[in-house]
Amino acid sequence: MTDVSSSGAPPSGRPAKQAFEQVLEKRDNRVAEFDVTPKSPLQRVQHFLHANPTAVPAIVLLLGIVGFSLIVGGRFLSSFNLSLIIQQVTIIGIIGIAQTLIVITAGIDLSVGAIMVLCSVVMGKLAVTMGLPAPLAFLAGIGVGGGCGAINGVLVTRLKLPPFIVTLGTWSIFFALNLWYSGSETIRSQDVAKAAPLLQFLGTPVDVLGARFTYGSFFMLGLVALVWYVLNRTAFGRHLYAVGDDPAAAELAGIRTRKVLFSVYVAAGVICALGAWALIGRIGSVSPQAGQTANLDSITAVVIGGASLFGGRGSIIGTLIGALIVGVFRNGLALSGVDVLWQEFTVGILIIVAVALDQWIRKVSA
Amino acid sequence: MSTQSTLTELKPASAPLTPVLSARGLVKRYGRVTAMDRADFDLYPGEILAVIGDNGAGKSSLIKALSGALIPDDGEIRLDGEVTRFASPMDAQRAGIETVHQSLALSPSLSIADNMFLGREMRRPGVLGSVFRMLDRPRMQKIARDKLSELGLMTVQSINQPVETLSGGQRQGVAVARAAAFGSRVVIMDEPTAALGVKESRRVLELILDVRSRGLPIVLISHNMPHVFEIADRIHIHRLGRRLCVIDPKNHTMSDAVAFMTGAKTPAEELAA
Repeated sequence: MTDVSSSGAPPSGRPAKQAFEQVLEKRDNRVAEFDVTPKSPLQRVQHFLHANPTAVPAIVLLLGIVGFSLIVGGRFLSSFNLSLIIQQVTIIGIIGIAQTLIVITAGIDLSVGAIMVLCSVVMGKLAVTMGLPAPLAFLAGIGVGGGCGAINGVLVTRLKLPPFIVTLGTWSIFFALNLWYSGSETIRSQDVAKAAPLLQFLGTPVDVLGARFTYGSFFMLGLVALVWYVLNRTAFGRHLYAVGDDPAAAELAGIRTRKVLFSVYVAAGVICALGAWALIGRIGSVSPQAGQTANLDSITAVVIGGASLFGGRGSIIGTLIGALIVGVFRNGLALSGVDVLWQEFTVGILIIVAVALDQWIRKVSA
Repeated sequence: MSTQSTLTELKPASAPLTPVLSARGLVKRYGRVTAMDRADFDLYPGEILAVIGDNGAGKSSLIKALSGALIPDDGEIRLDGEVTRFASPMDAQRAGIETVHQSLALSPSLSIADNMFLGREMRRPGVLGSVFRMLDRPRMQKIARDKLSELGLMTVQSINQPVETLSGGQRQGVAVARAAAFGSRVVIMDEPTAALGVKESRRVLELILDVRSRGLPIVLISHNMPHVFEIADRIHIHRLGRRLCVIDPKNHTMSDAVAFMTGAKTPAEELAA
C-alpha cells in the first residue's frame, strides 16, 4: 500500500476548493489501494478460485481418481486402464481445444464434430478411393477443415449472426455433405492400412511400463502445449480473451475484433481436421457415422474444465482436465458395473455444477 | 446565433498560435440526423479544454472524430497544423492521441499490465519475438508498474491483478495511466468522473492536473459543471452539432455556460466562433 497523497504533488497549483468541498480537507486521499478488509473464508475460496480457474477441475479429477480407486480398486488404478482413459479422451481433447478457442470469444461451435467427420471422410476417400498420395489427401482434409471454419467465421463476423445459430446450421450442412461425399459408406480399416498408412499413423501404439499409449495421445498433448503457448504468451492470445470479455473495449483498444474472430473460427476448423486424423488413427476405418457425439462432448469438456460460456475465461489445461474428468467418471462407473445410463446422469450433474460454480466465481468483487 | 466567419477566439494568454489539435467544418450525418454540422475545434498546447453541451449536441461525434473512432463525412482535422486523416482509433493512437473512454475500454478478466498494453503488446527481442511471437511480459509489467507509480496509483504487487477485481476509481486510474503513458500529444477524457463518488472524483481531477503538468494538453468532456469550472482553462460549448463559443471560466459563471448550452442565452459576438 502506498499513501497516494505523499507521492509527488503536481507542480501546477491545485484548484481552489469550492465552499461545498471544504469538508473534503479531511478526506481519505487513498484511492487506488487494494482492499485489505478481512474476508470471510468463503470469500477467500471465491478469490482463490477466481485467480486459479483450473483449480476446481483439478480437484474434481483428483477426487474422481481417488474415489474410483477406492471403489473399484486396483483394476481402475492399473497403468493399462489409466492409459486407456487417455486414449479414450484423445479425440474429445483435440476437439475440445478447438471448442475452447471459440468459447473464450463468447461464442460456441456446434459444428466441430461434423467438421471433424467430414475431414476424415475427405482424407480417407481421396487417399483410398481416389488413390491420391496420402500426404496430399491429408493436406486436402486440413484445407476442408479450415474452409469449414472460414464459412462459420464469415457468417459470424460479416453477417453478424449469433455463433449458436450459425454453427447449428453448418452442423447440419457439414453432416449432410459428409453423407453425400461418403455415399454413407465406411472405408474398411484394411483398405486404409494398405493405401494410406499415414492416415492411421496416430493410432500406432507405444508401450511404456505396461501402459499403452498411442501417438495420438502425444499428439493431443503437443497440441495442448502449442495452443497454451499461443493463448498465454502471444498478443493474439491476449486479444482473444479481450474480444470475448468485452468486444467494444477491445475494438477501442485498437484490436481488430473481426479479424481475430474470423481467424479463431478458421483455427478451430484446422484443429478439427487434425482431430479427424487422430480419429482415423483411433478407429482405423473411415466412417461417416463416427464421432457423432463429439459436438456436445467437446462443450461438456470445456464447461467442466472451467471455461465460461459468457467469454473471456477459460484455459486449454482446464479443457484437457475437463475431458479427463469425463473419461475417468465414465470408465470408473463402467468398471463399477453401473448401468451406462448412470454415466450420462453423472456427466449431466458435472455440467450443471460446473456452470453454477462459474456463475458464483464471476461474482467476485474487490 | 452569430454567423460571422472571422475567427475571433479566446486564446490562453501566452499560447503559441498553432493549436496542437484542431478541426474545421466537420460534418457527420446518420441518415437524416446531422450529428455534426460544420463543427470547429481548437486545442492549444498545455491546456485543459473542457467540452460541454446538452445531450445530443454532438459532443460524442466530435470526440469520436478526433480520436479516430468515426470518420467525418466532410471537414478537416489538423495535428500541429498538418492536415491528417484518422481511419481508425489505431491511427489516432499512433499520432499520439490517447482517449479515456467513458466505458474505459478495459478488458475485465485481463490483468492491469495486460490492459495497459492491450493492442500494443511488446515482443521479446530476437527470434523469440519475431518467429515465436513471444510477449515480453517482464518488460511490460515493469513499464506498467512504473507508469502507475509515477501517477501515485498503484501498489507494486498488484500489477497482475485482473481489472474486474478493482473498484471504479481504480479502474479509472488504470485507464488514465494508460492514456498518459502512451499519449505523446493529446489526452482525451470522456466523462472521467461520471461513475465515481465524491472522493474518487477528486482524485481523478488531481490526476488530470497531474497529466497536464507533464505538458500534455487534455480535452475533458463532462456534464459536471463544478468539475469543469474548477480545472478547465477554456470551455468549448457545443450546441446543435457545432461549436457555439469558447469561454474563459474566470469570466463566466456556471449559469452562463448552462444558458449558452441550452440556447437560453446567446454569447456575445467576440466569443462566437
